[in-house]
Amino acid sequence: MNLPIKELLYKMADDQLILGHRNSEWTGMGPLLEEDIAFSSMAQDKIGQSLALYTLLQGLGEQDPDTVAFMRNSNQFHNCQLVELPNQEYDFSLIRHFLYDTAEALRFEMLTNSSYEPLAQLAKKIRGELRYHTLHANTWIKQLGSATPESIERLQKSLDYAMPFALGIFEPSPYEQELITSGIFEGEEALQKKWQAKLESIISQTKLILPDLKMAKPELGGRKGVHTDHLQPLLDEMSEVFKIDPGAEW
Amino acid sequence: MKDKILHILETVKDPEIPVLSLIDLGVITDVVVNQKSVLVKMTPTFVGCPAMDYMKAEVEAALQQNGFIPTVQITFETPWSSDLISEKGKTALKKYGLAPPPSNKVFTDLEILETAICPRCDGENTEMKSPFGPTLCRALYYCHDCKEAFEQFKPL
Repeated sequence: MNLPIKELLYKMADDQLILGHRNSEWTGMGPLLEEDIAFSSMAQDKIGQSLALYTLLQGLGEQDPDTVAFMRNSNQFHNCQLVELPNQEYDFSLIRHFLYDTAEALRFEMLTNSSYEPLAQLAKKIRGELRYHTLHANTWIKQLGSATPESIERLQKSLDYAMPFALGIFEPSPYEQELITSGIFEGEEALQKKWQAKLESIISQTKLILPDLKMAKPELGGRKGVHTDHLQPLLDEMSEVFKIDPGAEW
Repeated sequence: MKDKILHILETVKDPEIPVLSLIDLGVITDVVVNQKSVLVKMTPTFVGCPAMDYMKAEVEAALQQNGFIPTVQITFETPWSSDLISEKGKTALKKYGLAPPPSNKVFTDLEILETAICPRCDGENTEMKSPFGPTLCRALYYCHDCKEAFEQFKPL
């Protein structure tokens, strides 16, 4: 049963690490101080959560978290492509935060019932933390999604652009069936269903229009190590200090 | 013997809120004493808390200074919740200028966050400015009664 669990943990941990890094790029650059602090705090949460997930993997025989985080190449990462895209303007970062964190919060909610006890324990903890992330995302989407013609147009454009990448979150695992029958995870299809319902409930309170998800073509491949050109430069930057002196004591 | 250990741990404070001991913060979830060997189970307030390694080292140092051989284990067996902060801890937070967290039992969809009580003037006419503050465990508020900003220790 280790392979399906490892695959699940790797994709979750990599999503958290890469989006955590992207969020940290807003530190000192946020459009206002509170947003600067918010994205920095979410970065800290997500990177901390990735560490906890990599630590579970270490318990299953994988290498230590620093080596796993800093020494792999882009084709060994299992994150969805959505999280590796550059931050671009604030409207895109906000839409990505909303689309990804809604899915992530639901995923950890589902995992609180996992038959894999260490993950269920961790999920119970992380679930509470993520409430603050979705609260933040929902507040801003509701406000800016109904504010001025410019804010609505910007968010709509980013929403349309991000949607195919967001659907890539739910790229099925080769072990989907095993995970479901063993009670480890209810599966990507079940998650996507809950996600769509949640998106609709928030977007319907704004002047935004949810793209037709049946017409959108999901950007897949991330879970199998196929990435955009944006991931490798991110990894190079993230691991630059570590690679200068991997044995350094901090 | 366990009481003695708890007494020692009472001297170890949260590095970011020095009026609050780790016992009152609720992050010490179990203590098992076997003669001079002491197993301490700790759990982080937030998974990404950067002070965890520091607190672990402080616990080890405090026990070693008193002649014990400590083993500190970080675990999520008993996940931390703000309800684990003791009454003494909540009073200390308020004195320090941080609004203590409301009970997590009534906290389902974060609406409770809209109603923090100002730690300075006890005013209830307050507004959340941001769910994220200077550390992961604090949120930013403004009190319309005394017209001062304040922070709340987040319910979790």
